[in-house]
Amino acid sequence: MSEIEFLSWIRGPGFQIATIVLVAGVVIRIVEILLLGRKTNLAEAKGSEMSSGLRTVVTRMIPDAGTFRRSTFTIVAGYIFHIGLFVTIFFYAPHILLLKNIIGFGWPSLPTQVVDALAMVSIIALLAVLVHRFSNKVLRFLTNFEDLLVWFVTIAPLVTGYVAFHRIGLPPSTLLGIHILSVELLMVVFPFTKLMHTFTLFMARWYGGAISGYRGVAS
Amino acid sequence: MSASLEKGINALKEQVDSSVASFFSSCVHCGMCADACLFYTETGDPERTPINKTEPLRRIWKSEYTLFGRVGKMLGLTKKVDDKLLADWETLVYDSCTLCGRCSMVCPVGNDIALMIRKTREGMAAAGHAPEGLIGATTRAVTIGSPMGVKWPALEAQIGHVEKDTGMKVPVDVVGAEYMLLLSSMEIMNFPEFIDAVTRIFKHAGISWTISSEAFEATNSGIQIGVSDIAAELVQRIVDAAEKLKVKTVISPECGHAYMAIRWEGPNLVGKPFSFKVRHILEVLDELRKDGRLKTTGMESQKLTYHDPCQISRRGGVIDEPRHLIDMIAGNFVEMPDHGKMNWCCGAGGGVSSNERADEIRLKVFQRKKDQLDAIKPDAIISACSNCRIHLEDGLEEYGMDIPLLSLTEMLAEHLAED
Repeated sequence: MSEIEFLSWIRGPGFQIATIVLVAGVVIRIVEILLLGRKTNLAEAKGSEMSSGLRTVVTRMIPDAGTFRRSTFTIVAGYIFHIGLFVTIFFYAPHILLLKNIIGFGWPSLPTQVVDALAMVSIIALLAVLVHRFSNKVLRFLTNFEDLLVWFVTIAPLVTGYVAFHRIGLPPSTLLGIHILSVELLMVVFPFTKLMHTFTLFMARWYGGAISGYRGVAS
Repeated sequence: MSASLEKGINALKEQVDSSVASFFSSCVHCGMCADACLFYTETGDPERTPINKTEPLRRIWKSEYTLFGRVGKMLGLTKKVDDKLLADWETLVYDSCTLCGRCSMVCPVGNDIALMIRKTREGMAAAGHAPEGLIGATTRAVTIGSPMGVKWPALEAQIGHVEKDTGMKVPVDVVGAEYMLLLSSMEIMNFPEFIDAVTRIFKHAGISWTISSEAFEATNSGIQIGVSDIAAELVQRIVDAAEKLKVKTVISPECGHAYMAIRWEGPNLVGKPFSFKVRHILEVLDELRKDGRLKTTGMESQKLTYHDPCQISRRGGVIDEPRHLIDMIAGNFVEMPDHGKMNWCCGAGGGVSSNERADEIRLKVFQRKKDQLDAIKPDAIISACSNCRIHLEDGLEEYGMDIPLLSLTEMLAEHLAED
């Protein structure tokens, strides 16, 4: 396979395969959770499950003051790279164009300089997160291979995208090919790992909030 | 596989539902639950990170309830649950967790980690990996009727003392009473003043109430050790007595896990809704206050604070009621930092106080409560759980602090307005 053939495979069949794995994998993971079901609570309720669950989905974005003091780094660095990822994925003009081709509609983009700066900030935050993972004893204890794999497939598209945008080193088409390949890696790894929290955290927060709210506690 | 291990694994399988599956799917190993747990903050031991305590349950979820995990199991790639794992986890799950649920309030993805640990205990206990102390308490609860071995004659004697002291009748086995009062063994043996206080308050408010000689024990070792069958049997005794006496409401006393057992787990354990209501004594007293049937006189001038028992506040939903009641009698009430639903556990709930092996660690982690108290330096601490109360007294003594512990119900009784 020549380089040109490889690049066109990445942009064609490769991307289609990655999309299928991502979508099918995510659907399977979510369906297999929901199919397990949950027993009806027979105790007399003190609050509403539905509204408490929905409330926690939103309120759990903001830690209480004591928790913020105790876990400051995790919260701040976590917020930075999540916002950075969200913006670079969904508000970079070429990404919006690509998504428009797939789903049929687009939305306004952010200025390239803003996206570029946020990508750099996210890369720095993710590097800091990795250092923290090894320097903090709880994180070092919890960390397994999956955590490192997920870290790698998350930072890789940011780095390859940054390099491709600034055309550093290799021909632009090669750089773009490497960037797309790194995204495909992320998409394929996604359903098999904790990256699933992107979707399941809404379920988890709802269940957690509902369990508490049923007993009259706003969680 | 040994028969007991198989029982343990089956018990763990029964615990997996859509909430547990979404919790495990969402954990990103951020470690924030460690910072919320006094067993980590006061020991610095990363093994005591709350989510780590759920490892046996996580392995079962992964290998049995996820498609990719099942494929992994066929290929021999997933980690197994074996006796060694359960033996290694016993001290984490029982000695280093009070099921206080503070981790559940902090987890950024919303995982109810305390529930996951509670569920993990079901498998641990079924496989025979529970602490001696809890097994003993549970056995006594089933055979004698009380984890501390308290029988009816003991309570009958205490009732005799209360009637003599108050000059009031303590109603026993009264059919058709509105309320049926439960008591914890700890109250019967160590704090009979509680019975005294309830008797005087209910007389004052004109309440029709009773104690059942057949089911007076409120505590439930079954939910602490994690054996649902036993927990259900203990709940059923109360249900039978309440139905026999045709009461409208069963009152859970000043005991944290007793409230969790009868109020929130009870109907689910016996598999049907109750025909009566269950209320914590503080909820009942707050209702009386609202109805104008509870009248007090005089205000305490000393600086008072309130220790929220985890199972009553954070896990039970009785947070505002005690504060309304305290406002009636306290002129100088100060909250600890992190009070209410974010309060720190005393360190002895969830069966830890019945487990002698955990004596050392429960006193070590009391440092957290000490720091909370040092921040406001109260003259006395009010609480609403006799287990918290005993352990707080223990901890205060260990750390050379001289702060008296007060029961909210007993304080209200002391301030009753004369009719």
